[in-house]
Amino acid sequence: MLKTLISRLPMLVLLASLTTLAAPAAQAQVNPTASSVQEQELMRALQTGDFVAGRVSIPDERAGALIKPGNKGWAGIQGTTLRVISVAAVLVTLTILAAFYAYRGRIRIDSGFSGRVIERFDGIERFGHWLLACSFVVLALTGLNFVVGRWTLLPLVGEDTFGTLSAWFKLAHNFMAWPFMLGLVWVFVTWVGRNLPSKVDVNWLKVAGGLFTRGLHPPAGKFNAGQKLLFWMVILGGVGLSYTGVFMLFPWLAGSPAEWQTYQVIHALFAAFMSVVIFGHIYIGSLGMQGAFSAMGSGKVDLNWAKEHHSLWVEEEVGHGKGAAGKPGAAATPAE
Amino acid sequence: MARMKFLCDADRCIECNACVTACKNEHEVPWGINRRRVVTINDGLPGERSVSMACMHCTDAPCAAVCPVNCFYTTDDAVVLHNKDTCIGCGYCFFACPFGAPQYPQVGNFGTRGKMDKCTYCSGGPEADMSQAEYVKYGANRLAEGKLPICAEMCSTKALLAGDGDIIAEIYRERVVTRGYGSGAWGWRTAYGDTVTV
Repeated sequence: MLKTLISRLPMLVLLASLTTLAAPAAQAQVNPTASSVQEQELMRALQTGDFVAGRVSIPDERAGALIKPGNKGWAGIQGTTLRVISVAAVLVTLTILAAFYAYRGRIRIDSGFSGRVIERFDGIERFGHWLLACSFVVLALTGLNFVVGRWTLLPLVGEDTFGTLSAWFKLAHNFMAWPFMLGLVWVFVTWVGRNLPSKVDVNWLKVAGGLFTRGLHPPAGKFNAGQKLLFWMVILGGVGLSYTGVFMLFPWLAGSPAEWQTYQVIHALFAAFMSVVIFGHIYIGSLGMQGAFSAMGSGKVDLNWAKEHHSLWVEEEVGHGKGAAGKPGAAATPAE
Repeated sequence: MARMKFLCDADRCIECNACVTACKNEHEVPWGINRRRVVTINDGLPGERSVSMACMHCTDAPCAAVCPVNCFYTTDDAVVLHNKDTCIGCGYCFFACPFGAPQYPQVGNFGTRGKMDKCTYCSGGPEADMSQAEYVKYGANRLAEGKLPICAEMCSTKALLAGDGDIIAEIYRERVVTRGYGSGAWGWRTAYGDTVTV
């Protein structure tokens, strides 16, 4: 027994000395106080839009993002700021339009209906317009539901119905986006040539198109400066909405979540802007002006309306010999 | 009523992923969805730490703020739950959540993501407690049975704590004082506005 122990003594000594030697090194490596990562430090070192991330063993690598404090910033903007801006924009515009109607009333044809019509927009133009218009109205209303539905529609119809309706609205919003984009391209191709700025527009803008002055009708071509502004606002707004909207449809095309959030904010702001613009457009094209709607309805407008609002265009059309062809015998009438 | 919270003591977590597995098993979570996950920070470096993370059931939950259909609600235990019948799968809550909790059964485009799914703190949904309808949509309702979430209850190192915020904060504080170090209550500052001070 003793002999065995003595024979093993060198080995024990060796083991003991090894342990003593190894101990300090091992301690330095696993000292958790000195080297562990601290949540507080990581959070302090974060750049804006950045997040605390690590490795995960599940296949979805995106799950490696542990804490994304920046998301709360977007949540604040989307949850409050954008809703307030959208609602305010709509209400302010409606108030302004009501005030304008009270001040100016319906803008009538000063010289009355002539009874003779002239073709203003052909089928191709009207199809493009209504394709864009109908899809926009559906998109605007379903989009508005995402903004204020939970405070307006939800209390009216109850949670079950609201959930079902909103799911359909979301589908409508997703799928009507495509006709909207087609309409946008259509309208751009058909009308861009007529919407380039010209010298007449300066004068038209100086007198605000006679909007605030009875009987004043500054000369204008097929589109006056106001309509040209509308055209470019619709094109720019529409492109902005379409471009950012594609990222709403395909979120991972946007790259990082922070980029998607930026696109979402732009989408909401453009939507509010476009709604304001289109409110004005609908007003002046229907209630606000006598004789205007038929331009997009039947495609034909009264000759007197055309002479007052688009004098240069009428001259051009009559010059081409196709003006005032709406009624038999019109061509026989001598030019005044 | 308690103010329920999760706290992961990263100095104890050994990245065994048992919480992830237990959660999936308890609730029959759909394929591809992980209501809980373990993230390793500074992997392979000295002082690496693993943190088990799920929905933190935030105070003033950002998901609820951005939801267009108001499908989120907070229970008396301060657990943030949602109604899958109302959810339209728009994806906003995913972009609002600081913890990556909301997930969708499909990754399809065109809004075909399906109803959002996330950690329920083992307390089901708006359906009747422990009903079959509730189980199918949200999984088990352990809180209604008087139990705490399975992930924390079966954690082998007791790294993951669940329960009343004040109580688990006190447990964590005692641990930090006793052993002399702690990497922090991960996510607390972001979720609740304050952290555990020792």
